[in-house]
Amino acid sequence: MKVLYFAWLRERLNRPSDEVSPPPEVVTLADLVTWLRARDEILDHAMENPAIFKLSRDARIVPWDTPIAGAREIAILPPMTGG
Amino acid sequence: MIRVTQETFDPGAEFNAFQAAHTEAGAMVSFTGIVRSSRHDPISALILECYPELAENELAAIRDDAIARFSLIDAAIVHRHGRLVPGETIMMVMTLAPHRQAAFDGAQFLMDYLKTGAPFWKQEETAAGLRWVEARPEDDDARARWAR
Repeated sequence: MKVLYFAWLRERLNRPSDEVSPPPEVVTLADLVTWLRARDEILDHAMENPAIFKLSRDARIVPWDTPIAGAREIAILPPMTGG
Repeated sequence: MIRVTQETFDPGAEFNAFQAAHTEAGAMVSFTGIVRSSRHDPISALILECYPELAENELAAIRDDAIARFSLIDAAIVHRHGRLVPGETIMMVMTLAPHRQAAFDGAQFLMDYLKTGAPFWKQEETAAGLRWVEARPEDDDARARWAR
């Protein structure tokens, strides 16, 4: 599955996305974030305050406890500043 | 109508077309957001990053919610992304209702939601370089007052 990063998170990671195959114990989006942070020190540091981020699954914003099974595209969204 | 675009658009033309499409409305409200630069802290451009597929989905959901809550006849959002210079239109919301209060409330609701709920990220281009615009707690508060 693809994981997308946006705005200053994308800049800090120096890439817009990752292609990942998480192990079976990674069930929810929250699990996925924990797993991603454990394998990337820069991401871990950038997400020190996880509560500020929203997550999307297949282009819909969803709660962190949403399952990832069958997802094609997950995105980690820093606080949004539209309008 | 929901449109997420890199192209410049004419708010007056959008307004007229939207109004002309609905003869049963007695009230129409539109809000237009504009790139601004100030004398003490000038910017040369505002660069909006976007996740277009998610933006279209979320804006459509916010629009449908506004129509249902305020019994609007219709509502529309146009939002740009890419590089915009001061004076350019960033976005526009429009609401149509039988009477004015619903049209005003619907437009306010749409603005309060899309400030923090639509995937756009602003970056200011200044003489010193680029800087990300920080999310404002007031925008979260403005959105929270509609929670139910």
